[in-house]
Amino acid sequence: MEKIYVDPLDPHYILELDHIWIKFGGLIALKDVTFKVKKGEIFGLIGPNGAGKTTLFNIITGVYRPTSGKVFFDGDDITDLKAYERVWIGISRTFQNIRLFKNLTVLENIMTVFHFKKLQKWGPFFVKFLDIFPYKWWEAGLALPKFFKFEEKLEEYALELLKIVGLEDYWDWKASSLPYGKQRKLEIARALATNPKLLLLDEPAAGMNPQETSELMEFIRKIRDEFNLTIILIEHDMKLVMGVCETIAVLDHGELIALGKPEEIKNNKRVIEAYLGEAI
Amino acid sequence: MNWYLRIRKLIQKKFPNNKFLHRYFGLIAFIIVGIISLFIGNHVNEFWQRLIILSAIYVIMAVGYNFSNGVAGQFSLDPNAYAAIGAYVAALLTMSPETKENVFILEPVMKPFDKIQLPFLIATLIGGLAAAFSAFLIGIPSFRVRGDYLAIITFGFGEIINVIANNLVSLTNGALGLKGIPEYTTLAWAIGWAIFSVFFLWHLTNSQVGRILKSIREDEIAAEATGINVFRWKLFAFTLSGFFIGIGGALFAHYLTTISPQVFTFFLTFNLLIIILIGGLGSIVGSAIAAVLFTFAFEILRVFEEGIHIGHINIPPIPGLRMVVFAILLIALMIFRPQGLFGDKEVSIK
Repeated sequence: MEKIYVDPLDPHYILELDHIWIKFGGLIALKDVTFKVKKGEIFGLIGPNGAGKTTLFNIITGVYRPTSGKVFFDGDDITDLKAYERVWIGISRTFQNIRLFKNLTVLENIMTVFHFKKLQKWGPFFVKFLDIFPYKWWEAGLALPKFFKFEEKLEEYALELLKIVGLEDYWDWKASSLPYGKQRKLEIARALATNPKLLLLDEPAAGMNPQETSELMEFIRKIRDEFNLTIILIEHDMKLVMGVCETIAVLDHGELIALGKPEEIKNNKRVIEAYLGEAI
Repeated sequence: MNWYLRIRKLIQKKFPNNKFLHRYFGLIAFIIVGIISLFIGNHVNEFWQRLIILSAIYVIMAVGYNFSNGVAGQFSLDPNAYAAIGAYVAALLTMSPETKENVFILEPVMKPFDKIQLPFLIATLIGGLAAAFSAFLIGIPSFRVRGDYLAIITFGFGEIINVIANNLVSLTNGALGLKGIPEYTTLAWAIGWAIFSVFFLWHLTNSQVGRILKSIREDEIAAEATGINVFRWKLFAFTLSGFFIGIGGALFAHYLTTISPQVFTFFLTFNLLIIILIGGLGSIVGSAIAAVLFTFAFEILRVFEEGIHIGHINIPPIPGLRMVVFAILLIALMIFRPQGLFGDKEVSIK
């Protein structure tokens, strides 16, 4: 496939990966991965098991540092930002195995997220932290009126968000007692609560039946339009990927082997080889 | 739904327009409990009065300890260190220069402390701040590890403080300890501080701060993926819990009037751990109630040590039998209610 050159200043792209390599000891998990994600698109990341898809997610969200290469987000180099700082600038994710705050209620799961700071650009660096925590900790401890006022406001916001994802009837349920599909939705809602620009979904349809999967497709489109998001999703369910994604990247053994529209990917020889094996 | 939520719902139904009552019913309840215990404490003999003071001190330390152990879920084993730091610092600040001169027979007191004498409240606060600062310092390296490793590291720190207290003679008077500490911890001080700490930490647990700490307890990776600076918040919880334990230690010193390193051994940690397990990890009100139950049970179970006479059967007095009975009660609790009396249920303000 043709070589892609990253231009960090291009305003049409929200995420740009520039020659990412990552090695774990002797194992090369990602080999020179370079691609760009357009603003507002739904981008699919597929590939056989062990191809490095989740590793790539972990690099984008800052769980791992790449051995070499750079990550650009919205025109800024974010390679050195920590995982929680990347949430502050607008990258949010869900997990392959659902990671909710299990013993907290649905409402609390959402409310927990309304706390973070905003990173601001100053010259080439992110420096200024704009704290949007609603009140200081001692104001909460002393139970000043400000605390109660904001507490009520937070609850309102959280309920509003729950209404959008259709979980408002479950607000006082324990997160762990929700049915599986609803837990997935709650995790997505929690990711949305951080007010992201880029949302990464790691196998959102895992363990869902066809009915739930097609509902999920609608849901993903809906939140993209409603929240003005760019979505990257890892998925094994080809029906969902082909149905919802506008661009698809295929990874195999840590290498990017194809990138393009769903129709192109379907007929790509290397992709078929990666999934089915070579013809003898 | 827990019992406290029910009370709140009832209040909202009875007084739909009284916003003050909706918001501060917890404070009002705590103050009423405080006034009642003050009243009781002033009308019983000195034995029971001292027991009430002791239980109030345990309440302060237990809720502080539960804040880092239960709410933030960071299993640490060094509250004895913070209690010791709070106690020694506050005691050194309140003792009069003459007493210090008489007490420190091995070596004279270290320089700034030999002349200083401060009022009780300020000394207590400084003791608490010193404990908080040491918690902050120990937290920085400790929170590189989690779970069992954190418990081991903090356990080590508790022991280190004990060794330091034994050997830093010019500050702690070594194994002889400090004697002649003025007996400032009255019923009112102890209960006042206890109410303040329960009130403060209870509100904090039910606020955004508490939710963040609970989310760290539930799932650290997910917490980080929602923009929580896990390390900073853990350190915050640890420091704040160190402050309250330090306050408890300072009051403890002015209650005993004599402190030595033997007071702040691992047994203190162990007692606090039992208290927060009885009350339920993560429940502030639960651990406050458990602290009172624990202190009183410890005294009331003395009955078993006095020997039992039933008809012709005479069981001679056995010292230490109450500990056995206490252990059996604990085992029963762990079997029938492993999550503690209150579980992690907490009262919430909505």
